[in-house]
Amino acid sequence: MSSELSDVLDHIEKIGELDLEGVPPTTHVVEVSNALRPDEVAPSLARDVALEQAPAVADGGFLVPSPQAG
Amino acid sequence: MSVTDLTGLTAAQAVAAIERGETDATELFEAYRAAALADELNAYLWVPDGAPDSPPPAGAPLAGVPLAVKDLFCTQGVPSQAGSKIIEGYRPPYTATVVAKLAEAGAPLLGKTNQDEFAMGSSNENSAYGPVLNPWDRARVPGGSSGGSAAAVAAGSAPWALGTDTGGSIRQPAALCGIVGLKPTYGAVSRYGMIAFASSLDQAGPLTRDVADAALLLRHMVGHDTRDSTSVGFPGEIATPSAERLDGIRLGVPEELTGDGIEPGVLDAFHATLELAEQLGATIETCRLPHAPHALAAYYVLAPAEASSNLARYDGVRYGRRAGDGGDLPEMYTRTRSEGFGVEVKRRIMLGTYSLSSGYYDAYYGSAQRVRTKIAEDFRTAFDNFDFVVTPTAPTVAFELGSKVDDPMAMYVNDYCTVPMSLAGTPAISIPNGLSEGLPTAFQIAGPAFSENRILDAAHALESAIGFDASGGRLSRGGMPSTSSGRGAGGPAEL
Repeated sequence: MSSELSDVLDHIEKIGELDLEGVPPTTHVVEVSNALRPDEVAPSLARDVALEQAPAVADGGFLVPSPQAG
Repeated sequence: MSVTDLTGLTAAQAVAAIERGETDATELFEAYRAAALADELNAYLWVPDGAPDSPPPAGAPLAGVPLAVKDLFCTQGVPSQAGSKIIEGYRPPYTATVVAKLAEAGAPLLGKTNQDEFAMGSSNENSAYGPVLNPWDRARVPGGSSGGSAAAVAAGSAPWALGTDTGGSIRQPAALCGIVGLKPTYGAVSRYGMIAFASSLDQAGPLTRDVADAALLLRHMVGHDTRDSTSVGFPGEIATPSAERLDGIRLGVPEELTGDGIEPGVLDAFHATLELAEQLGATIETCRLPHAPHALAAYYVLAPAEASSNLARYDGVRYGRRAGDGGDLPEMYTRTRSEGFGVEVKRRIMLGTYSLSSGYYDAYYGSAQRVRTKIAEDFRTAFDNFDFVVTPTAPTVAFELGSKVDDPMAMYVNDYCTVPMSLAGTPAISIPNGLSEGLPTAFQIAGPAFSENRILDAAHALESAIGFDASGGRLSRGGMPSTSSGRGAGGPAEL
């Protein structure tokens, strides 16, 4: 995989040929700023529904192995 | 009507047939359900057990014409796996806005269609559930990533389908399968409930048998959604295209996307369509998109960067697969992601995290964002002088299964002509425009943001003039298809 990724990076590095001095970056093509909505309480997923697809649950939460070895 | 007659209708014709009482929604659904179950292209990952319990309400504009939906759209209680093992069997607790809107308009779910894993691919060979076969030649790919949707529509096992397009994933498979595919303006359609690949690029759109069907489906897809803060909706309504002429229309042919790297047969078909356009009244001139040759490079920074962030959520905690037992939490994450993701997804996550990493960010991600600005400027300049920019959709016809899987760059150049519009966020349609070596070629029409109605009209006029014969893709009428390569062919996956 490292040679495949090198091929892709070689292609990507062609960007370096361009003079991009002073060009602003585009993060998003739609000019939407501060897309805020009223902060109103509305129904959301019930806990049991949210947990239904989890590989492991316990005590109404997601169950995971200990973060620390041992 | 006979089953063959029913599945031979376009979606708009099927709506009319139901309204005239020549068939009903249940009969139509069952005809297509049988066709989907009999699919031999591996286009479907899930097909329902029967027609919906309740037919669509009288007067529903889509009258019950069923819809095939790309796997990555969340559908409540129905497997939605984005072509990946890491969320195998995932049944979401909610439905994507666009799927819900179309169901309300009278287009019930016919099935979930196969795709490249997390929409990363141009051949559908990156699906964890096996490749999809091209109905024109089963030894060839249908394109990707919406390959199942495209193959199903082309073969006639779905009247129409939903796909998503990030860098060409609707337009390129539509091209390779000889059907119509439209990527709307970014923000016209809600992304809520679409399993994300690259959020600033992903957009849902129709894959259909003709331009009129693309307009009809899109009409019921667009709209602002409070659950997607990047959706802006569509100004006005998507109209039924009716133009037969192109008088006064100025077509720009970008020299950067219509020369080197395009197969001769594809170029011949492109030039033949330009001649037709001229006969219909259009003027044709060369134009420039000076930064288009760098679009692919910018895309392969930006899209993987966004993907590496979006795919962080698949960690074996809240949904999907958790691999193995034992070990601590970091070991569980590593095992789950190592076993759950396919090779192309891993490639892109690595590319993305690399280009976002400290020390490389400016050279890669920052520069790519600046290239994106220049590409959007190129299109704005072009649209000052031209109504549309036109190109071949894909540089080649459908290629053989397995021929590019080991060479990422060879695969990525499939999107050479479609990625620039994705980066600019502008709409583009692909329509079939001929055959080369017996396989479909396609013509892309791109316009300014929110010019979908004008694009559809121009596509309609050209479609009528081209008179493409789609029968070579129709399994029920095209005679015996050529021999299968035997790779992954089979019925719908068992779930």
